[in-house]
Amino acid sequence: MSENVSPLRQPAGSAGLAALTRELAGLIVEALNLEVAPADIGPDQPLYGEGLGLDSIDILEIALVVSKQYGVQLRADSEENGRIFGSLRQLAEYVNVHRTK
Amino acid sequence: MLAYRAGTPILVRQFLADVERVGAALGQRGHVLNVCSDRYRFTVGLAASLVRGLVSLLPSTRTPEVIAQLRRFAPDAFCLTDEAECDIELPRVRFPALPDAPPAAAPAVPRIDAGRRAAWVFTSGSTGAPVPHEKTFGRMLECMRVEATRLGLGDGRSYAVVATVPPQHMYGLEASVLLPLASGNALSAEHPFYPADICATLAAVPRPRILISTPIHLRALMASGLELPETDLIVSATAPLATQLADEVEQRCRTRLLEIYGSTETGSIAVRQPTATAEWWLWPRVTLESRGEETWAEGGHIEQPTRLYDVIEVTGSDRFLLHGRVADLVNIAGKRSSLGYLNHQLNSIPGVLDGAFFHGSAAADAGVTRLGACVVAPGLNAAAIAAELRRRIDPVFLPRPLLLVASLPRTSTGKLPQEALRALAAAQLKPPGAA
Repeated sequence: MSENVSPLRQPAGSAGLAALTRELAGLIVEALNLEVAPADIGPDQPLYGEGLGLDSIDILEIALVVSKQYGVQLRADSEENGRIFGSLRQLAEYVNVHRTK
Repeated sequence: MLAYRAGTPILVRQFLADVERVGAALGQRGHVLNVCSDRYRFTVGLAASLVRGLVSLLPSTRTPEVIAQLRRFAPDAFCLTDEAECDIELPRVRFPALPDAPPAAAPAVPRIDAGRRAAWVFTSGSTGAPVPHEKTFGRMLECMRVEATRLGLGDGRSYAVVATVPPQHMYGLEASVLLPLASGNALSAEHPFYPADICATLAAVPRPRILISTPIHLRALMASGLELPETDLIVSATAPLATQLADEVEQRCRTRLLEIYGSTETGSIAVRQPTATAEWWLWPRVTLESRGEETWAEGGHIEQPTRLYDVIEVTGSDRFLLHGRVADLVNIAGKRSSLGYLNHQLNSIPGVLDGAFFHGSAAADAGVTRLGACVVAPGLNAAAIAAELRRRIDPVFLPRPLLLVASLPRTSTGKLPQEALRALAAAQLKPPGAA
């Protein structure tokens, strides 16, 4: 597993959070074969529905990537869940706090 | 025991009391779009509708376009919801608050006529209007009694049934709601989605446990590396399960995995253990008939002879093999549509002169293969077309990529080969300067 360890150490400060946000954008675009460039995903753009246009199958895919890359197992039963996938920034903030690798 | 919520048992007499209470909120007639996300509340709503003589509506998606069609189909339709917010454009009935404690005395068990129309389920037709299919109560129960036997649930033990699918589609309605009700087992109110949730929900109910799921969720579960709590049976449906994945699930979870085959129109009609045999075992009294290239199912619980949109080879009186889907059919994540329907919707958008969906080519490790579309629409951009499509079709069918082109690669006879569309898309997606 050591090859998957991110250079970022948790929890990162604002500069690290910005880097993590960019890293997540790249992972999402790669995992979902999206036609946008990672840099074109606005940090506050909604990921679901009208924003980036993701659906629940995509969200499951992202959850897998996030668990592999950062050791975060997402759960739907917390109140936070609606927020986590609200935007790239919110996902990054959640991962930043809960990552184990 | 009728159900579990967060591991807490819900008794039959509490269910009966809840059905009475919710029935009083529903009135005496009409059509119900039951969108309760809690599976127990959905079940109470379904039972209350049956007792009161209301008919449930089960559309394949809830886009504004489909809701408008439901209003035309049933002007008295209303929406039963357990959410504070609901953007479905139908009159709304909020699911009432229910007491936690069971009643001291059990209410009488209501009797429901087997011939009662329980629901209309809808498939997307080829010309834009959803096609309704009638479901009568007795036939749905008959189908589930067979399913319980075929899954081996008649062994006298009481199973807890956990499901990763919603109860509002045919497979989820059958396997996660009607199957436990018809076989005296208990359903689970939760609808776990993430792998960690699936494990936690299973762990919260006593053994023997069943997991009702799909290839998508099972693949995610395996990839997560999490260890599933001991589970006595795993059931998959909605799409063919790769044998390799079936093997992995059985080995890592040390359990049996059974696959169910069916359709919205027929409900479940066959089962197999994919690691043991490629052949499907048909329900007794259901028969398959070849009509030219087509295969039709009839008999048993099936309401009327129904065409199956798969290429089927009958290998015995109650055995058959599946050889893929007929070309026009689209099935993504258990949602079914047809290229004809999707093309009709695309070409109904003002400003679209010509447009066609195509099947993407499946990547080796692809979880889900999406559709693409080529569109001729001078004056529109891809985002505007996507926004219009979103109003009309389920999000899983939204094209990815959606490409604006000068013209479609039609042959001289006007045909539009899928391969030509894929080639056009591939050429357009090639980065500039690439060979």
